[in-house]
Amino acid sequence: MADVMTKKHTHEPAITIAKRDDLVWWKAWLIRLAAILIGFLLMGFVSMMLTKVSLGEVFSMMIRGAFGRLFEGGKATMLWKFLQETAILLCLTLAVTPAFKMKFWNCGAEGQALMGGLGAMICMLELDGVTPWLHTVLAVVLGIVFGAVWGLIPALFKAWYGTNETLFTLMMNYVATQLVAYYVLIASKGLTVIRPVETGALPVLGNQKFLLNILVVAVTMVVLYFYLKYSKQGYEIAVVGESQNTARYIGINVKKVIIRTMVISGAIAGLAGVLLVAGTDHSINTHTVGGLGFTAIMVSWLGLFNPYIMAAMSALVVFLNIGAAKVADTFFLNSSYADIVAGVVILFVVGCEFFIRYSVKFRHTKKEARS
Amino acid sequence: MSTVPAIELQNITKTFGSVVANKSVSLTVNRGEILSILGENGSGKTTLMNMISGIYFPDEGQIFIDGEEAVIASPKDAFDYKIGMIHQHFKLVDVFTATENIVLGLKEEGRYNLKAAQKKVQDICERYGFDVDPKKKIYTMSVSEKQTVEIVKVLYRGADILILDEPTAVLTPQETQKLFAVLRRMRDDGKAIIIITHKLHEVLSLSDKVAVLRKGEYVGTVNTAETNESELTEMMVGKKISLNIERSEPQNVTPRLEVHHIDCTNREGVLVLDDVSFTANAGEILGIAGIAGSGQRELLEAIAGLQKLDSGAVLYNNPQTGNMDNLCSKTPLQIRELGVRLSFVPEDRLGMGLVGNMDIIDNMMLRSYTKGKGMFLERKAPKDLAEHIIEDLEVVTPSATTPVRRLSGGNVQKVLVGREIAASPTVLMAAYPVRGLDINSSYTIYNLLNDQKERGVAVIFVGEDLDVLLELCDRILVIGSGRVTGVVDARTATKEEIGLLMTKTEGDAQHG
Repeated sequence: MADVMTKKHTHEPAITIAKRDDLVWWKAWLIRLAAILIGFLLMGFVSMMLTKVSLGEVFSMMIRGAFGRLFEGGKATMLWKFLQETAILLCLTLAVTPAFKMKFWNCGAEGQALMGGLGAMICMLELDGVTPWLHTVLAVVLGIVFGAVWGLIPALFKAWYGTNETLFTLMMNYVATQLVAYYVLIASKGLTVIRPVETGALPVLGNQKFLLNILVVAVTMVVLYFYLKYSKQGYEIAVVGESQNTARYIGINVKKVIIRTMVISGAIAGLAGVLLVAGTDHSINTHTVGGLGFTAIMVSWLGLFNPYIMAAMSALVVFLNIGAAKVADTFFLNSSYADIVAGVVILFVVGCEFFIRYSVKFRHTKKEARS
Repeated sequence: MSTVPAIELQNITKTFGSVVANKSVSLTVNRGEILSILGENGSGKTTLMNMISGIYFPDEGQIFIDGEEAVIASPKDAFDYKIGMIHQHFKLVDVFTATENIVLGLKEEGRYNLKAAQKKVQDICERYGFDVDPKKKIYTMSVSEKQTVEIVKVLYRGADILILDEPTAVLTPQETQKLFAVLRRMRDDGKAIIIITHKLHEVLSLSDKVAVLRKGEYVGTVNTAETNESELTEMMVGKKISLNIERSEPQNVTPRLEVHHIDCTNREGVLVLDDVSFTANAGEILGIAGIAGSGQRELLEAIAGLQKLDSGAVLYNNPQTGNMDNLCSKTPLQIRELGVRLSFVPEDRLGMGLVGNMDIIDNMMLRSYTKGKGMFLERKAPKDLAEHIIEDLEVVTPSATTPVRRLSGGNVQKVLVGREIAASPTVLMAAYPVRGLDINSSYTIYNLLNDQKERGVAVIFVGEDLDVLLELCDRILVIGSGRVTGVVDARTATKEEIGLLMTKTEGDAQHG
């Protein structure tokens, strides 16, 4: 028996993990900052091993890749591109956020945006003989309506039949892709590519192609922030998300909130599609959204469902993507490199939340200190 | 019995973050002895027991079993030391029989022999006087039978140190007596038994020794024979308090809410309310007694508009208009629009009455957010209300912007009851409003309910502690399996009488 006992001492847990609720906000942000720094360092070392250049060189190459030669007195074209991509990613992130706050896992921003783009494209191509400004307005409205409808359909099924929204919205993406492919085929009369059209396109502000897109997304961000935080509807979303029982108990019509919120979610995604089609490409294909609708899911989480933090996270993700692509180009690395780089940094950003929510203690150090 | 204690704890300390759950707790239990661990909620009783049964590991201190130091790092280690714990929430597979559940997960020599196991189960039952059919499936069992299976399960595994976490919380008075008889028999058989409870009269009638914890600290151990209720309360709370509820005579009693023959089927298609009729009067507290899950929850939810009814009517006698409004098949919103001031303190506080992740102000807003023009929220009034409640009801909280899930059970309940009373209701329904609350908070809640009664509110109180129901209420409605089995006058009825009514229709309901 004594043998068994001494053996059991090895069972003694070496690490204890305890939940904590009480971390002050600035400490939490210090942890997050540290995580980003460590992530970048590790990413730098991985790049060093692959490219055999110095750490500084890797970073400067990434910065030049994302922002261009702006800091060396060059033109700001690259910076505009960076801002544009950030804006589109942010717009899609904003789109999924109201749904996420309601714990409705909308994985269909990709398809909703694609439908939004399709709506705008149809209006631009098929509509004839309207005044130019009206044409643009109609393209925008139709795009947003298309996106909203694509959000509405899974919401209806969720509200009435309790279907799983994750699968439903995912499947709707494929339907959207096929619809776009089909439309491209008929609109291009079999050529598989729609030539860019200017009718119904968004106007260009101040000679900067992307400026309007960026402004629209910035306004959307602020509006959504106030909507979620200070409006009655935003409050209803939060209550439904936290507990449907509580929502029923105080008399919120849960079905109505689910449907309304998904219409908003789909509409904002549709807006992103409009910005891509009517504001940027003036054409559409099945890769117009390019997977950003999925990246948006991650960014929304990274941004803690706060529109302002989401803006910063969008910028981070876009910076990693463009910067890594530049490094990959220079050293003839294949496209997986960009994924690895982004993955390493994001792993740290996500992983640090564990240390914010839990405290970790090592037992042996403590025991020695006491004895 | 031997002089070496079966289990001895020395200076056990356990902290969770900055919260000290147990601080230098020392205890001894001998074989052939029943020790009660008494303490209010949050005093660290369950944490302490979880350390003995291997779920947590102490930060400091030692555990000795039969005089030898023991390291219990997992529930399996606890089994090896012959420690068995019966948790508050049963861990049984519903579609298995009693025996199958008992042998589940055991690695016995030879092939799986259900017959032999059944025999062994039968032997244990006969030895201690358990009343359980080894071949009965769990889902057909009553709560007390399930508990018996849990106890037999740990005995089957050879446990001779038994820990029971609030075993009587789900039992009727009669079942409690039966359980106590079994526990006494096990004690006489030389087992060491630890029972966690916060019911004083149970402690006094059952145990040999009582260990008292207060806010994680070990206050002391006394011999049950040498103590009394008021001394134990003082040890538990830290100061002398009176345990009397002042019940006033009802004034101006008029019918306020009339429930007529309501039937209700739940989602599984089971009839949970069967022809229920009663009247709740203004200026009176109507108690509802019954075994947990007899339809209390559905009944209150039906009145609040949260549960669809198959038939029947819920008539509200509106004191303002003099009309009789039928609340049946109306949503909570429609009920409020009728001008019915119905407040409801649901059983599931953080899952229904409040939102745990929201702060106190936002939780106040649940009832009032639709007020005010425009699409934006009005935060001033809820903020005032939150501060008012925090002050009046002495809610212990860092601030009004603290998420309610971080408050202790009693403070959560004060926030919820405070909000519901602030709506100046004409009907106030409260389901198990003192469950999990310490003595002081419980009496605060009783006083609040009494206050409302004196203001002419029709109070409906669903309770589990029959002593409290008898002391607080004016009339008590007893339900069993979704049927009304009796209405008694709380001033003259006895506990036994209510206990009998609670189980009255169980047999009939199974046939019908």
